[in-house]
Amino acid sequence: MERKIYLDNAATTPTRPEVVEAMLPYFTEKFGNPSSIYEFASQNKTVVDKAREVIANSLNAKTEEIYFTAGGTESDNWALIATVEAYKNKGNHIITSKIEHHAILHTCEYLEQHGCEVTYVNVDENGVIKLDELQAAIRPNTILISVMFANNEIGTIQPIKEIGEIAKKHGVLFHTDAVQAYAHIEIDVNDLNIDMLSASGHKLNGPKGIGFLYIKKGLKLRSFIHGGAQERSRRAGTENVPGVVGFGKAVEMAMKTINERREKELYLRELLINRILNEVPYVRLNGHRTKRLSNNVNFSFQFIEGESLLIMLDMQNICASSGSACTSGSLDPSHVLLAIGLPHEIAHGSLRLTLSEDITEDEIKYVIEKIKEIVDKLRSMSPLYEDFMRERG
Amino acid sequence: MYSEKVMDHFSNPRNVGEIENASGVGTVGNAKCGDIMRMYLDIDDSGVIKDCKFKTFGCGAAVATSSMATELVMGKTVEEALKITNKAVMEALDGLPPAKIHCSLLAEEAIHSALWDYAEKNGMKIEGLTKPKSDIHDGEEDTKEEY
Repeated sequence: MERKIYLDNAATTPTRPEVVEAMLPYFTEKFGNPSSIYEFASQNKTVVDKAREVIANSLNAKTEEIYFTAGGTESDNWALIATVEAYKNKGNHIITSKIEHHAILHTCEYLEQHGCEVTYVNVDENGVIKLDELQAAIRPNTILISVMFANNEIGTIQPIKEIGEIAKKHGVLFHTDAVQAYAHIEIDVNDLNIDMLSASGHKLNGPKGIGFLYIKKGLKLRSFIHGGAQERSRRAGTENVPGVVGFGKAVEMAMKTINERREKELYLRELLINRILNEVPYVRLNGHRTKRLSNNVNFSFQFIEGESLLIMLDMQNICASSGSACTSGSLDPSHVLLAIGLPHEIAHGSLRLTLSEDITEDEIKYVIEKIKEIVDKLRSMSPLYEDFMRERG
Repeated sequence: MYSEKVMDHFSNPRNVGEIENASGVGTVGNAKCGDIMRMYLDIDDSGVIKDCKFKTFGCGAAVATSSMATELVMGKTVEEALKITNKAVMEALDGLPPAKIHCSLLAEEAIHSALWDYAEKNGMKIEGLTKPKSDIHDGEEDTKEEY
């Protein structure tokens, strides 16, 4: 195929032309600082608040509960670190899961170095958090539960409503990293008892470098980035006006098409999963079979290594990712795949394909054929496969 | 990320396969770490490597270094093969990214391991060859996992 087949939408997404078009004037003629007094600049304050309103509506939140940040990572850092600071009189214990994004896990490690206690709750073989363990982990000094809405690698959607109920029952705050789920799944922060929620623009066809943190009204959370009085004095720094405008536009478009996108992605996801599981031996699907993001597919192919698979797919114009050590820059494969109980060598052979509405059925069929060819080729070169076949006789 | 030579040896690896009744077979690496190389040598009575094949589980660099290592040992005497270093393999591939240098070490180790097997089978001692250290059995219990 001539055309590039982009199946790494969990990494990032293309910014929609309509979004870029909406942003462009705010780089040039409408470049003013929203804090300035003259009219052409102060209009930008209205523009930022308009985007804030679009986002608030998408979550059933209030506009004053949405705070723009530089992205999901900043939002996660802010939520955790500021909660610890604000609630230090109540306690210093945080509960999270073993399969969080590094933006959460490494922030937790940082907090542990600064006197916090963190419990990392296990997940089951499908990547679903163990609610009984979560409940049992709550102590009198627990201040926060932070569990991701849906996992970025294996796509498993967590029982957010149940976690919200547990948190509420015990008077503990609940933060969710919804970077992969926001604008892909309908979220009502009130219905789900969510106190804080992180999201990012570039996972939903918006620009990079923009995100937000939803903070429920009444929470004591202070500023994380210190400086000017922007964002109701809670997040300093001149507003990224083009980014905010683009984010608002992307959310508006994504929320309008949320159902049809899901239907289309689900159809392609099921086609891909069913055919690979039926047509390739010694493969497993990672993540929950049904409670998963509509665009996420994650396989482990036994006897082969993920990076080789990715390079060969790339040669066929297919962009994907893997949880193998070679792609993570360390010797260990993905912490998520290990947490769901995969042995190291099976985790090394993982392949993540994340779809979008731009993918066609023909392209998915082409990808299936290429995966089959490449897996065959790599297995024919694999000493593990040779040993396995010899033992089978 | 990879040089053209690495990409060439990865996409068209030379000498992939097995040799039946090989003079020496060496397997190094560990599935847990994501790299296993197996090298087969066919050595004639005068100690010249007549044929060499490999199989590798691993990343692009692991495949490319194995492929290059087979080309470098082909036609060499046992003594000459022993002198092939990881650096020579890397240079022949126009370099490797820093994170992948261990792949070239694995290739050197695979040659040594196959030569060690050859020496043991023939009850001989090869000057300068010590028992290879990489042990593939470290992660053995894990590899038994079934679906």
